[in-house]
Amino acid sequence: MATMNFAGKTLELDADGNLANRVDWSEDLARELAAQDGIAELTPQHWAVINFMRTVFEKDGDAPSIRRLTKESGVDTKTLYALFPKGPAKRAAKIAGLPKPKGCI
Amino acid sequence: MREMLILGGGTAGTIMANKLASALSAGDWRITVVDGTEEHYYQPGFLFVPFGIYRMSDIVKPRRQFLPGRINFILSGIDRIDAEKKTVMLANGEPLRCDCLIIATGTDIHPEQIEGLVDEEWGRSKFDFYTPSGADKLGQFFKGWQGGKLVVSIAEMPIKCPVAPLEFLFLADEYFARRGIRDKVDLHLVTPLSGAFTKPTCNRVLGDFLVRKGITVTPDFDIARVDSQEKKIVAWDETEVSYDVLVSVPTNMGDACIARSGLGNELNFVPTNKHTLEADGLPGVFVLGDASNLPTSKAGSVAHFQSEILFENIMEHIQGRPAAASFDGHANCFIESGFGKGLLIDFNYDTEPLPGEFPLPGIGPFKLLGESRINHYGKMMFRWVYWNLLLRGVKLPIQAAMSMAGKRVLP
Repeated sequence: MATMNFAGKTLELDADGNLANRVDWSEDLARELAAQDGIAELTPQHWAVINFMRTVFEKDGDAPSIRRLTKESGVDTKTLYALFPKGPAKRAAKIAGLPKPKGCI
Repeated sequence: MREMLILGGGTAGTIMANKLASALSAGDWRITVVDGTEEHYYQPGFLFVPFGIYRMSDIVKPRRQFLPGRINFILSGIDRIDAEKKTVMLANGEPLRCDCLIIATGTDIHPEQIEGLVDEEWGRSKFDFYTPSGADKLGQFFKGWQGGKLVVSIAEMPIKCPVAPLEFLFLADEYFARRGIRDKVDLHLVTPLSGAFTKPTCNRVLGDFLVRKGITVTPDFDIARVDSQEKKIVAWDETEVSYDVLVSVPTNMGDACIARSGLGNELNFVPTNKHTLEADGLPGVFVLGDASNLPTSKAGSVAHFQSEILFENIMEHIQGRPAAASFDGHANCFIESGFGKGLLIDFNYDTEPLPGEFPLPGIGPFKLLGESRINHYGKMMFRWVYWNLLLRGVKLPIQAAMSMAGKRVLP
């Protein structure tokens, strides 16, 4: 199993490279994951999306699709791609410490 | 008299109507099927129409022909479903009350969901092959086409039969080769996925096929709009792919009556228990086939396997017992790979498509995740199986639960 080191701890990752245990997540870790993914700064809009994803996951057990993000998070599709280039749902889920959305079968 | 109501007379609804008709006493139960059209299409056949392999008349029959005589068939659209009151309002305002409800309203393509896709060029340089008219128009167009860049564009997941776009490209490769113009045709797949398919081993195998056949793949492309004037598709991040002919696999959505009833997710698919097939939070309401949000392929084989599980659970339900049978996500799909060959994949929620033999270990006759002639014959023979056995609810010699027999787990 792949791991990553953060703040002196070894964290487990799943097969997609996303955080395996949600208890390991913190806002600081989110900033680190974003930086690794080429997003230098997490703005309030980034956080709105990340928090929305975490809330949905808590309720439904799956991270929301782009379509649901657009419909319910108040951030339009164009902005989502500007915030999280190349696949907002996948990338925001990773930064939010959630598994990759199951949507794509 | 108790009422069993099935919404949708497609693959899922028809199989279920047949199974229930032979199990429920006609004195106790009336079984009603509601559907908005009279025609039942063999949907896997749409793929073959653009290449002149099937004509439209080969793949359509009257719906009622596949429903037993005792079924009360109502030809009507559905306005809305009041799942808690177990009442369905038909399009003409007439209410239908039931004791047990099966939602099998399927999924359909929605080209209007993509900006710029539907305009005066729709059906001229931009096509779909998931509808009778789309497949037919594309067939007419190909006859006179002399070559150029053909782009197959998948809008977003999930789509009905996720291997169909690949099969389309494999068959196009053969079709244009036979016409002697393969060197003048540039074949492209543009997909929101990171590769050819959703699961890793299968992705690798199918990815190799695409390379070998000279088909270019642009992965991770989330289409935002189509520019018909400049003949290009544009992603949300403004990357572009140009085309001469666009074959779109548009957004798939559940029936509009699901949205009107407030029963669906953002794509109008009904949240459903992935094992019992009961609609979440709605006892006595079941969802079969493409209409649900289950994390497995939207395909006829899945509806067929589900129907065996659902049949058991409905029998329990009407005797007041909880659902006992559990669906494992089993899917079984032939993949046409062109030039008289095909592949077969067999998988479920937990096991990705693996290589091996099917159904008998070491014997087959079908080869899993590998190319063979027999697989192709399996696919072509399947149309007969569909009309004569599958729809009629006849038990096929393949179990509803996926089996690991014959499968090889790769390191």
